[in-house]
Amino acid sequence: MSHEFKSRHQILSGAQVVPQADICVQCGCCTYNCPIGIDVRSYAWRGQAINSSYCLTCGECVKRCPRGVLSFEPIPLHSKLKG
Amino acid sequence: MPLAYVMVGSGIASLSAAEAIRQRQPDASITVVSEEPHDFYSRPGLAYFLRGDIPESQLMVRSRDDLKTLNVKRVHGLVKELRCDGQELLLSDNRRLRFDRLLLAAGALAAPPTFPGRDLAGVVKLDGLDDTRRILALAKRGKPAVVVGGGITALELAEGLCARGMKVHYFLRGERYWADVLDETESKIIMDRLKHDGIVIHTKTQVKQALGKAGQLAALETEAGETVPCTMLAVAIGVRPRVELARQAGLSVDKGIMVNPRMQTTRQGVFAAGDCAQVGSTPLDVLWPTALAQGKVAGVNMAGGEVSYEKAVACNVTMLAGLRVTIIGNVGPSKKAEAKDRDLVAIARGDSESWRVLPNAHVLSDSDDVNRVRLFIGPRTIVGALVMGEQSWSRPLQHLIGQQVDIAPLRDVLIKDAAAGLNQLAEFYERWQAGKPR
Repeated sequence: MSHEFKSRHQILSGAQVVPQADICVQCGCCTYNCPIGIDVRSYAWRGQAINSSYCLTCGECVKRCPRGVLSFEPIPLHSKLKG
Repeated sequence: MPLAYVMVGSGIASLSAAEAIRQRQPDASITVVSEEPHDFYSRPGLAYFLRGDIPESQLMVRSRDDLKTLNVKRVHGLVKELRCDGQELLLSDNRRLRFDRLLLAAGALAAPPTFPGRDLAGVVKLDGLDDTRRILALAKRGKPAVVVGGGITALELAEGLCARGMKVHYFLRGERYWADVLDETESKIIMDRLKHDGIVIHTKTQVKQALGKAGQLAALETEAGETVPCTMLAVAIGVRPRVELARQAGLSVDKGIMVNPRMQTTRQGVFAAGDCAQVGSTPLDVLWPTALAQGKVAGVNMAGGEVSYEKAVACNVTMLAGLRVTIIGNVGPSKKAEAKDRDLVAIARGDSESWRVLPNAHVLSDSDDVNRVRLFIGPRTIVGALVMGEQSWSRPLQHLIGQQVDIAPLRDVLIKDAAAGLNQLAEFYERWQAGKPR
């Protein structure tokens, strides 16, 4: 088979939420909607990927951000190696 | 003695300047003076607070711990006078604040309406947190409200009041919403969605006067002579940069307080940033990211650094009638006759004058339901774009336009067949991304 099918879970476990800091207006919708209380907004302020080990990659913040600041991106290999 | 830094205004320009100064000078004295008593909050977030998407506490952009580390002294008061020679500010209660370096970052305020009855209780604007609280206190379920104006703030008001259960009437002077940035199809998509939410749109309608009983708004009379009962009238006809302090102190002022790319005004030691500032002859932006970037540049330079503000391509992503919309670069009026949006008397929040620069370019658009991509193609580059609904194109176009990527080989197919052109542009973008040095 030419395609390798992966479950949503498999895909998301290899991905993280990444902010585009320059268009973030710090409204806080992301933090407010995080089901486990990660302060997503502060990551967006610093322009850092949400690398909290508690992040479920559930997508609530991605979906709720009114400005399209957040997206899922594959975790780059070099940061995996850095740990 | 450490230098005394004073900021006028408590918006994002002021906060980002304070953070830049603190980073370079751990011992400096930093004071923020503002007539707003609140901690630093997200002005764009007010729309989501108004709608009930987030609680008020969520608006605060810094925790109490962050603010402690930043160590900024807050002074609550209105600045009456700037004395450049004496290096001091005079407040309306006659307190004085001495400064070594000053940042003027008081932002912009809603242009007041001119019709009779504008002072009645129930006529509101949306500038800050206090306005939002006032609106929420007045918003009663099932009662009629009227919104007048254009741009993003007017929609935020209409959608917010609708979400709070009010019966909202939205008055437009012309035929359609935001006629000098959106094209006809885009305006229609937005207006249809507003109607779907229950907002009644009155086109070609203007307020003649607001009518009240005992100082309280009760109804409006339109220019056409119709009477519309309402308990709230929300006005968003644009904002005006706050330049009075600077003008009275003899600083150079045009539409905003004039600054050079280092954000210095015409007086030594006095800087300006954000919605109240104008960098040389560049078009005005009333955008959060612009204020943030300018505040940072001002802060670094105030603290002895040497950086220049480089105006980025004006870009804003916003929510209109529940749809994400990205506007980048020059999108221009779709027709010359519509070059002026009559619903606004001044630039609106979340808006940039540079969007109105009519590009010498071909326009193409590709749409599917509410999802739409509109491109302005110059001789070698894409000069502007509007992405509505599905946002996959938003970031690629921000890169392609912002970095003036040469797309000349694709130009013909883009102009001839938008859908096929976009497919090729997607492949082109992926190759460009892969080839870029990281």
